[in-house]
Amino acid sequence: MKKSGAEILVECLKREGVRHIFGYPGGVVLNIFDILYDDKDIRLILTRHEQGAVHAADGYARASGKVGVVLVTSGPGATNTVTGIATASMDSVPIVVLSGQVPTMLIGNDAFQEADIVGITRPCTKHNYLVKDTADLARVVREAFYIASTGRPGPVLIDLPKDVTGGTADFTWPKQVKIRGYNPTYHGNRWMIKQAANEIARAKRPVIMAGGGVIISGASKELRELAEYTETPVAMTLMGLGGFPGTHRLSLGMLGMHGTYWANMAVQHADLIVGIGVRFDDRVTGRIASFAPNARIIHIDIDPTSIRKNVRVDVPVVGDVKLVLRDLLQFLKEIKGQWTAVRASWLKEIGKWKKERPLGYRFDKEIIKPEFVVEKIYELTKGDAIITTEVGQNQMWTAQYYKFDKPRRLLTSGGLGTMGYGFPAAIGAQIACPDKMVIDIAGDGSIQMNIQELATAVVNKLPIKVAILNNQYLGMVRQWQELFYRERYSYSHLDVVPDFVKVAEAYGAVGLRATRPEEVEPVLREGLRVKDRPVFMDFIVDWKEKVYPMVPAGGAIDEMLFEEEEKKPKRRLRAVK
Amino acid sequence: MRHTISVLVENRFGVLARVAGLFSGRGFNIESLSVGETLDPQISLMTIVTSGDDQIIEQITKQLNKLIDVIKVVDFMEIEHVEREMILLKVAPKKEDRAEVLRLTEIFRGRVVDSGPTTYTVEITGDEKKINAFVELMKAYGIKEFVRTGKVAIAREGLKRKEGG
Ligand SMILES: Cc1ncc(C[n+]2csc(CCOP(=O)(O)OP(=O)(O)O)c2C)c(N)n1
Ligand SMILES: [Mg+2]
Repeated sequence: MKKSGAEILVECLKREGVRHIFGYPGGVVLNIFDILYDDKDIRLILTRHEQGAVHAADGYARASGKVGVVLVTSGPGATNTVTGIATASMDSVPIVVLSGQVPTMLIGNDAFQEADIVGITRPCTKHNYLVKDTADLARVVREAFYIASTGRPGPVLIDLPKDVTGGTADFTWPKQVKIRGYNPTYHGNRWMIKQAANEIARAKRPVIMAGGGVIISGASKELRELAEYTETPVAMTLMGLGGFPGTHRLSLGMLGMHGTYWANMAVQHADLIVGIGVRFDDRVTGRIASFAPNARIIHIDIDPTSIRKNVRVDVPVVGDVKLVLRDLLQFLKEIKGQWTAVRASWLKEIGKWKKERPLGYRFDKEIIKPEFVVEKIYELTKGDAIITTEVGQNQMWTAQYYKFDKPRRLLTSGGLGTMGYGFPAAIGAQIACPDKMVIDIAGDGSIQMNIQELATAVVNKLPIKVAILNNQYLGMVRQWQELFYRERYSYSHLDVVPDFVKVAEAYGAVGLRATRPEEVEPVLREGLRVKDRPVFMDFIVDWKEKVYPMVPAGGAIDEMLFEEEEKKPKRRLRAVK
Repeated sequence: MRHTISVLVENRFGVLARVAGLFSGRGFNIESLSVGETLDPQISLMTIVTSGDDQIIEQITKQLNKLIDVIKVVDFMEIEHVEREMILLKVAPKKEDRAEVLRLTEIFRGRVVDSGPTTYTVEITGDEKKINAFVELMKAYGIKEFVRTGKVAIAREGLKRKEGG
């Protein structure tokens, strides 16, 4: 049966199970918007900026595990998506971005609102398409969803010239997808997995390093079983938080630049690192040459390029984390190790490090410490909220002081570190999970990067909570300047920070403020009670507060700075990019 | 180490940009690259000469494989193969040297494909060493310009792994 390209597109989206699209209209996508106008199954959430739309689709995908969908117009609409696409790409988030394009016969002519978005996004998508014929549309959409959501997930962009959505073709839904150049490996090599099991059985001081791959693969249960069965402590990367319960006795919390002392010490003293769904990013490893100097390394990841990219690997296993861990457990159970006895002294040693340098801050009766706000949020939500963050100190304090026990509860831009991610991501998460409490823990700088999405949240009656840790500074930048640039605060003071309470009210949201420690809890309680609209909670916090511990960039991860040493003369600190 | 890598790709527009972008984006270098159709017109073959230590070459082949439009990647380092490259070289010898240039061309099993009042254009096919040697020799006679195709490579029958390789 003949259908228009726009009809085919919308029909395909339905068959892919799409219920929500985040988007923004413009000339060349009006064919599609016209079909969506009276469609009953798909709802388009109109954001106020295309970047917001992509982050929202990304938050939707991270919170739900489903593919997030974006629809934007050509030219500026398309280029506005780039930051969002790069963000999703770095963190392996499955989204499909549909961008309008000028009619095929005008492509290359510098037509009005023409941009080569396929060229622009080539390096930051998993794959992208320019559809030149309406007859190809159904196949391309099917492939795009398949590629986005399988293997190591990632963003896929489909560029849709206006005549392609306006043209007609016979509609047939491809029964299956077959792409000869794309065959992700799901089952790990059994021989390698057996080697891994032997290594774990032999190890006296093993540490599991769990990353975002655990969450994407849905392998929390298997990871927990592995850790408990072999009495192996688990350190998590920022992306891995929640993949293993943060309150579990075997959890070491986060490792890396702002990781816990005991996680980093454990890694540096380990004789075996079991990297699971991680890519050994520099924020995690510190100086590579000094990373885990005495450890053999097992690396399990679905992306072969992650393996041996940054660190040497003794036992590489390419495969889906969940399937590999199942096989691994099977082998381990055949070995029947005396885990508990062997590991007791290792765990005791780690316990000593934990006592030596616990995570903490100095509470103050006069001024709000930002860590205190995060702790209170944790307490009041009983650790069960979906938390998004912006980027900077707010992000690191969240990672340190909110204990994530479940996967898909922390949505944060780990790889790209995109300020302005958290608030639109919270919108996506709230749409995906209407019954969950969704909170964006924000900085006063970052929140201004996508603050226009307040309108989106108000219109859609989304009860998102935004806790702004307002320090009047680009705090993380200020922290680096204080520590590594002789306190020369070059352009990191924000000078004018808007009255966030008034901003919220101007948009029709609720605005609250706390300026003293005793006001924190009442403001949070009041804010968390709001059910029908977004809330901005402005916490005026101590601007001098820094994130500790800290590994200076380029340092080994056990060369950490602590708050207690702040008063001591600045030791051997040099800025390293 | 230099490696000759052949990459079987879907014959679609934009594929070359994906491959080239991968090399530039990740700081790998391309010494030469040639592209052509294969027996199956839907598939093209790229032959890329690149260099790097083992870890870099491993990354290059893995990253290439990760591209959706890439069907297969073969690193000829591990495989018995034949490689060839062609050069067109325009030389302007002095009158008294013209005969010597022709003689050298013959020794290199080349052909003169064009001749003008003052120049010969010579075609030589061979492996890289041979071509480099010819270029070196011709320098003495006044090279005007030359153009090289970049290397192409093909496995010997049966794709045998090199002994101990
Ligand atoms: C889009 C973008 N631009 C610049 C940066 C660099 N950067 C990292 S943290 C930071 C400061 C963030 O300030 P704020 O949101 O107030 O957070 P704070 O550190 O004060 O908690 C900046 C500018 C970034 N990560 N993202
Ligand atoms: Mg700030």
